[in-house]
Amino acid sequence: MSIITLIIKREYLTRVQKKSFIIMTLLGPILMASIFIIPVLMAKYDENEVSKIQVIDESGMFKNKLADSQSMAFELDTFSLPVAKTIFDPEKHTAILYIPENVMTNASSVMLFSAKQPNINLVTTIERTIQKEIENVKLKNQGINQETLDQIKTKVKINTRTLTDKGEEETNAGLTTAVGLIGGLLIYMFIFLYGAQVMRGVIEEKTNRIVEVIISSVRPFQLMMGKIIGIALVGLTQFLLWIVLTMTISSVVTNLFVDKKQMQEQMMSRQSPLGTPLPESVEDGAQVAEDNVTASIFGSLESLNVPVLIGAFIFYFLGGYLLYGALFAAIGAAVDGESDTQQFMLPITIPLILSFIVAQSILQNPESKIGFWFSMIPFTSPVVMMVRIPFGVAPWEIILSMALLILGFVATTWVAGRIYRTGILMYGKKVNWRELGKWLFYKE
Amino acid sequence: MILNIKNVTKQYATHKALDRVSMEVPKGSVFGLLGPNGAGKTSLIRIINQITAPDEGEVWFNGEKLTQKHIGSIGYLPEERGLYKKMEVGEQALYLAQLKGISRQDAVTKLRYWFDKFELNGWWRKKVEELSKGMQQKVQFIITVLHEPQLLILDEPFTGFDPINANLIKDELLALKEKGTTIILSTHRMESVEELCSHIALINRSNKILDGSVTDIRKQFKSDKYEIDYKGNGIAFANALWAGFELVSHEPHGDLIRAVVRMGNGAKTNDLLAALIPNVEIHSFREIVPGMSDIFISIVKENNLMEPVATDL
Repeated sequence: MSIITLIIKREYLTRVQKKSFIIMTLLGPILMASIFIIPVLMAKYDENEVSKIQVIDESGMFKNKLADSQSMAFELDTFSLPVAKTIFDPEKHTAILYIPENVMTNASSVMLFSAKQPNINLVTTIERTIQKEIENVKLKNQGINQETLDQIKTKVKINTRTLTDKGEEETNAGLTTAVGLIGGLLIYMFIFLYGAQVMRGVIEEKTNRIVEVIISSVRPFQLMMGKIIGIALVGLTQFLLWIVLTMTISSVVTNLFVDKKQMQEQMMSRQSPLGTPLPESVEDGAQVAEDNVTASIFGSLESLNVPVLIGAFIFYFLGGYLLYGALFAAIGAAVDGESDTQQFMLPITIPLILSFIVAQSILQNPESKIGFWFSMIPFTSPVVMMVRIPFGVAPWEIILSMALLILGFVATTWVAGRIYRTGILMYGKKVNWRELGKWLFYKE
Repeated sequence: MILNIKNVTKQYATHKALDRVSMEVPKGSVFGLLGPNGAGKTSLIRIINQITAPDEGEVWFNGEKLTQKHIGSIGYLPEERGLYKKMEVGEQALYLAQLKGISRQDAVTKLRYWFDKFELNGWWRKKVEELSKGMQQKVQFIITVLHEPQLLILDEPFTGFDPINANLIKDELLALKEKGTTIILSTHRMESVEELCSHIALINRSNKILDGSVTDIRKQFKSDKYEIDYKGNGIAFANALWAGFELVSHEPHGDLIRAVVRMGNGAKTNDLLAALIPNVEIHSFREIVPGMSDIFISIVKENNLMEPVATDL
């Protein structure tokens, strides 16, 4: 086994066998799965708790107009309000809805009495129903009948298409944004999490004083690269396990507790904030909407050129990590303990954070000048380019950006290697930037 | 010669760590590398271990120019030494042995032998942080010698050991020497130098100022003084000395009187004894041999007086 494989193997195995790795690996998917599962379970829980609402309708307009739903049931009563209030039993009813006679002229006089603060969902549903009914009555009074009304009602859904060489392509702005943002975020997280691990690993070797023993057997550069690569593999393992476990847990739990239909509704409502317009009221044909959403998502997934996307993700994921990993290693070598890392960490974290800020502005305008330049600079390109790619980026731009990233990686590794080999043998010396600069030009 | 250092110079940004240092380490010797703190010993050791490279000069190993392939033939115990705290003892030793280029199976066999010898058998699967300081030192020593290096470089090997373990290590070093291993010992403890070293080199302020076999150096620094304990009349004793002898000191020592006499050129000890015996009763007679410590101090002082350096580190 070659020396560098030995080092990689040690770095990998010691980390993968750690308790903290196992805990994180197990905990991560539970946390992630809970993001998916909890809303579903909550919906299920809510459904069991049907709000029974006693309706005192003095206007007489709302007979058979208040439709029961999964979460609420209406019960029309003929008591007067004072009587209803005195005999109100929180065990039987959630609330009393009071609709006064003059509701047509004074719509704000509707009242809801309850023992506890009613939930916002309930209030808005009732508001919307009453509002709609009053509007209908008013329209009818103006001589517009239901039929005309239905004809007037219009629903607009914009289908976005991009014009490319191959003709028109259907796109989904929401999905594109999501894919780009998630890709960029993962790269950002990976660099920070595992870059810091590289740094801590180097500091550990330095403070343990084992480093001099090791570099009497291997080149400092081999040790540094072995560590960086070993930790990259740890990170990939963890991500892979997270994906597999998250998917398993989510599907097992949802299969056990939640029926398919509800899951779909849940998925649908979650996707709506991503920009897919959903019809306003559910009764207006949830089925149609659902089909539309599903179809359009699958349609745009096809339009996204998945192989390019995955390829680019892996490239920028590793490229960004390697670029920063070397710098983190150099910092670890330059300091005497973790508490001294602050002054050197800042210049590394700034471009990373900046790239994330730029990434968000790119979502608004993927073709901006800022977007272009930041996706070329190797320090920011892994995150920024990843966010841009789903929107469609010219191949020459991607190739140039990748080439620059490789160059950047080679350059930072060279710089880091020089700082590293001097730094790991410097004990008890406060190092500043000028000193680091000098190290670059030390002969071996 | 196992190691031949020729005109090695190492320059750091602000100071010269080594200035045209040359020395030869004979095969099978225990070679003491001595010098005050900051003299350049560690720089030289790092060059021999190829941790750093010299700016000028060459190092030859067994008649070949020193290259990466010699790494497996050298064992190095640095002054600043440690182990991975969270790693198991056995696994760690195997890892470091494999980095030196020996196979895992081979390392396991050898490691078992050493663990037996140093009574570490129950500790194979324990984490390093569970070991006492002394045990960690033992493990480090084992790791240094596990790959059976031809040249062993030990930088302050005895610090951190209690006297019992220090002796254990000393015995192991002597045993290794018997098997033909060359040992370079860098230390401040002159008694270990006296006890173990056959050759020394003294480095001061980046320069080698003295080297050679211990016997030769002793001879070179011989003071020609003899210490005589006797019973009798002090005046008679002084009168007995003729021109060739110089009385350096003369004072009571218990029941006896202790005198120190320097011999003149060409004088022989027998002549001195012959002159004294008729006059006083001699109880002991021995040559005053300068200790390594005395030689070290006097030569470093002398050297510092010769070339005062204002900005020495």
